[in-house]
Amino acid sequence: MDFIIQNIQGIPLNHYLIFCSVIFAIGVIGVLIRRNVIIIMMSIELMLNSVNLLLAAFSAYYGDASGQVFVFFVMALAAAEVAVGLAIVIMVYRNTKSVDIESLSKLRW
Amino acid sequence: MGIFYFVAFLSIFFALMTIFTKNPVHSVLYLVITFFTFTIHYILLNAQFLAVVNFIVYMGAIMVLFLFVLMLLNLNKDTEPMKSTLVKVIGAIAGMCLLATFLGAFRVLEGQGELVTGNTDVGLVKNLGKVLFDEFLLPFELSSILLLTAMVGAILLAKKETKEG
Repeated sequence: MDFIIQNIQGIPLNHYLIFCSVIFAIGVIGVLIRRNVIIIMMSIELMLNSVNLLLAAFSAYYGDASGQVFVFFVMALAAAEVAVGLAIVIMVYRNTKSVDIESLSKLRW
Repeated sequence: MGIFYFVAFLSIFFALMTIFTKNPVHSVLYLVITFFTFTIHYILLNAQFLAVVNFIVYMGAIMVLFLFVLMLLNLNKDTEPMKSTLVKVIGAIAGMCLLATFLGAFRVLEGQGELVTGNTDVGLVKNLGKVLFDEFLLPFELSSILLLTAMVGAILLAKKETKEG
């Protein structure tokens, strides 16, 4: 345990900021360049996770537990989102035989 | 100190692999590895409860759900029509612009270079439980209603419609 604590000492806060921004940007790029709805949802998970990690980092930085409680709520929300989202994907696939995001454009009719 | 940078590199690498792999099943597996590296980050921050929850809920439940749907729809082939190169390039440029905006905004933040030390006790289950069931009791109960609603909604959506209706 002392070894781990010794190793964590000396990570500047803005390195966490930069790291989480990079992961968030990767998630945004994934949403923009992919057409498979499931992979778009996975990119959204990536974005949620980067925000989670940043909240945990700030929570550890300020010694305040509220940030980590908030991460817990975000995880509950992500679970709900994935369940409903995948149910919608299955329903769309049953009607159009495709998980292409373009097949959802018919929803506006 | 080196552990953080090594694990951060692995996270970014596997996150990139997640969005650039053609095969959706490989994509899910790379995402599982990404979440595992996030678990290591939580351990480094001494957020033990979050590390365990991330490991069980994200890597266990949510990723298995993704994999299950992919297998159910029989999508484990490289059949996905990719977007045109132009759209891909524009998407990548837009993401890089977002990243540049973030990094530019961080430059004016105060308290740069202050160190995050993992030797706080806030991430232990005991302290987190005290906060969760005291200050955040109402949101906690409301999140249970959210999960119940999501469960009912998912079953209702995915159920085959009967013709009698």
